[in-house]
Amino acid sequence: MNSVIKGTGYALVHTPDMVLHNGTTQTTEMIVNPDSEYLKELPSHIRSYEQAVAYYPNQAYIGNITPDELAKIPMPWNEQECPLTSRYGKFGQIMPQEEFILLMQACDVFDLVELDSEFVAANRDKLAANEIIDDSIMARIKEGVSAEKVKDLVENEHAEGLYHLGKLVGAVKRAHDIDVNLSAHVMHENIVSKASNVVGILHAIKNAGIAKEDVEYVIDCSEEACGDMNQRGGGNFAKSVAEIAGLVNASGADIRGFCAAPAHTMIEAASLVTAGAYKTVVVTAGGCTAKLGMNGKDHVKKGLPILEDMLGAFAIVLGENDGVNPEINLNLLGRHTVGTSSGPQDVTTALVFKPLEKGELKVTDIDKYAGELHNSDILKPAGGGDPALQFFKVVAATAVKRGELEKADIPSFPVKHGMVGWAPTQGHIPSGVPFVGFAREDILSGKIKNAMIVGKGSLFLGRMTNLFDGVSFVIQANTGATEEKGVSEEEVKALIAKSLKEFAAGLLAE
Amino acid sequence: MSILNGKKIIIIGDRDGVPGPAIEECAKSAGGDVVFSSTECFV
Repeated sequence: MNSVIKGTGYALVHTPDMVLHNGTTQTTEMIVNPDSEYLKELPSHIRSYEQAVAYYPNQAYIGNITPDELAKIPMPWNEQECPLTSRYGKFGQIMPQEEFILLMQACDVFDLVELDSEFVAANRDKLAANEIIDDSIMARIKEGVSAEKVKDLVENEHAEGLYHLGKLVGAVKRAHDIDVNLSAHVMHENIVSKASNVVGILHAIKNAGIAKEDVEYVIDCSEEACGDMNQRGGGNFAKSVAEIAGLVNASGADIRGFCAAPAHTMIEAASLVTAGAYKTVVVTAGGCTAKLGMNGKDHVKKGLPILEDMLGAFAIVLGENDGVNPEINLNLLGRHTVGTSSGPQDVTTALVFKPLEKGELKVTDIDKYAGELHNSDILKPAGGGDPALQFFKVVAATAVKRGELEKADIPSFPVKHGMVGWAPTQGHIPSGVPFVGFAREDILSGKIKNAMIVGKGSLFLGRMTNLFDGVSFVIQANTGATEEKGVSEEEVKALIAKSLKEFAAGLLAE
Repeated sequence: MSILNGKKIIIIGDRDGVPGPAIEECAKSAGGDVVFSSTECFV
């Protein structure tokens, strides 16, 4: 039987100071051009938390506005007055930096994060008031240390500073004197990924309406790597996140695959549930500090705010077929193989049309395609175009070449079967999965009957292969199918008894 | 005659557009001499 999507969680974290201190565009500039105009200009382009919350794409990410509604908002979105100002949405929340820094300390189990005691005292109650933070997490918050101690750690002990509104409020210490994989920089990056992941997973569990104890397996599909110099990237983020989230019955492991990793992981998780290995599996990912302000130079040059100031996280709960929730159809999987070229048409054929062929479906039989859901409000000013629109156009053009669509229908295809993108520049986050929450709701309400989620990844970044990569899967309305009825022990015994009786009768007759 | 025939070609592909190797194949088939090919990611 197919697995089902029981619930989803989507969270953003506003991290303006991490843009300045941890985004690689900025840290690289500090090394190669420390007196640059960009670095001088940058601080005046940082958004306030309130501005980041009242931004249409961020509100879409947490579920307060649908993709269809977002598409009706004129672009550029960063110039629009957004009446939506709630930090919480039906899928998750937009967490402010001060709460997140405390959560980072709570997620650190090696005493690497030291916070200024005054900062802790000023913000402890704020974190406690967060709707997903419980006493088990608050009990992990330490009193903190003096401001002098924090300053000393950063200036003399190679620690990575934690800043809030320009002020040093804490530090992440290195976890080893000489191991670069345990440096303060790497530990900061990994603790950020872990802490943001916790936010996403707690929302997903709440939204799925399950108990934490129900989760049997967690798979992390973020883009970070944890391990020491003897096993760089050895893992395991998943289990470390499950520990903080209180998933006491869960084990877990990490899957990596760049931007395609979430789609790969969804297929693996669905397979585990369908096979009966685990009843409830959570696919989850935290955010990435390195990509903060990635296209910042172009934003500053054009007088725009730094729009890449958000960490992204998500989690999706998969469970056994309950006869209600939308299913993942493992018979309709697309995959870019080693033998497939990196040309857009070949990639699209492998990811979209091959699975459709398997199901004897036409391109228009899938109500919605979701892939490359990058927020074009961020990318267009940087010359990056609109990857989502581009993807849907290639799907439409390929469909025309295959005789499945009229050429005149190409312009309307992205509107009817695609969507605008709203995900922040966080690598793995935009790759199709932001739509899973909306897809679940739309299928349950009957607005759509199915959706294809497409994840695409750039493997060349690891300098191991130039091959492209990607996989896809289809979410469909619950077919009501239940597990095929097996044969019970009693039935087996009855069958054996019947055979023996017939055998005995045969012997007597002879 | 292709406009790329015999020309030295430098290729900068885009992960979200057309990647370097795909442009490379086109350039080669048009008679171009690819001297550099790279793909960049901005997302």
